[in-house]
Amino acid sequence: MTVLEIAARVDARGLSCPMPIVKTAQAVKPLAPGALVEVLATDPGSERDFVAWSRATGHELVERSVDGATHRFVIRRK
Amino acid sequence: MTRTIDPIAEAIADAEGVPEAFTEAFRAPETEKQPRELVIICYSGDLEKTWASLILASTAAASGVPTKIFLTFWGLQTFVKDSVRITGQNWMQKMMSVMQRPGISHRKLSKMNFLGMGPWMMGTLAKQHGVAKPKELLEACQALGVELMPCQMTMDMFGLRREDMIEGLGEPVGAATVIELLANGAAPLFI
Repeated sequence: MTVLEIAARVDARGLSCPMPIVKTAQAVKPLAPGALVEVLATDPGSERDFVAWSRATGHELVERSVDGATHRFVIRRK
Repeated sequence: MTRTIDPIAEAIADAEGVPEAFTEAFRAPETEKQPRELVIICYSGDLEKTWASLILASTAAASGVPTKIFLTFWGLQTFVKDSVRITGQNWMQKMMSVMQRPGISHRKLSKMNFLGMGPWMMGTLAKQHGVAKPKELLEACQALGVELMPCQMTMDMFGLRREDMIEGLGEPVGAATVIELLANGAAPLFI
């Protein structure tokens, strides 16, 4: 397993729609193409929203996992 | 490319068409798909509808959709500075702002307002559930480049001046500007 170099982290735990997406978009914006962003969210809807968001924006959803109520996403900037 | 003089090889090339590698190399580069523009016509000044407009606008902008909000009628009152209490030049315009306080932090529910009890409960529930308040969503919209277009006619009718309005609004425009955007294919939402 390769260790991914995370360029930015978004802690959206406890936040409801649409803030996990909004905060992630703001975190991704200043980064260089190819940079990785890790997102933690507890909004159950984020599971589907991040898939839709990555399709809409073209940023790649590299990893997706759940630990209890916490959803973790790793996104590679387009 | 070297030209073959072998009649059999020529016949094979004719039958099989142009080699794939050749067409691959000359294919026009794929242009990136530009998402359809979104225009939200923010007509209502009710708390719940303001909330909906700002949730959709911030999400659209976060998703790379070019997003504009046309602020008109009661929807424009939301974008008066919270600190401005009375707006308007004549008594009727002033009376209107007295009857319904402008500003994003002073929105009322269309139903179950109960002298502010409803909005207070909504605010408390929102906080408990990590739902961003309209003011926070507006800040996100502005940071993500949502264009806010005030309606010139509403500005005039309510006697609103530019200095009454929050920072970051675009130039006031009219219905024709909105219609042109829609005619060119922008997705409309009337809230």
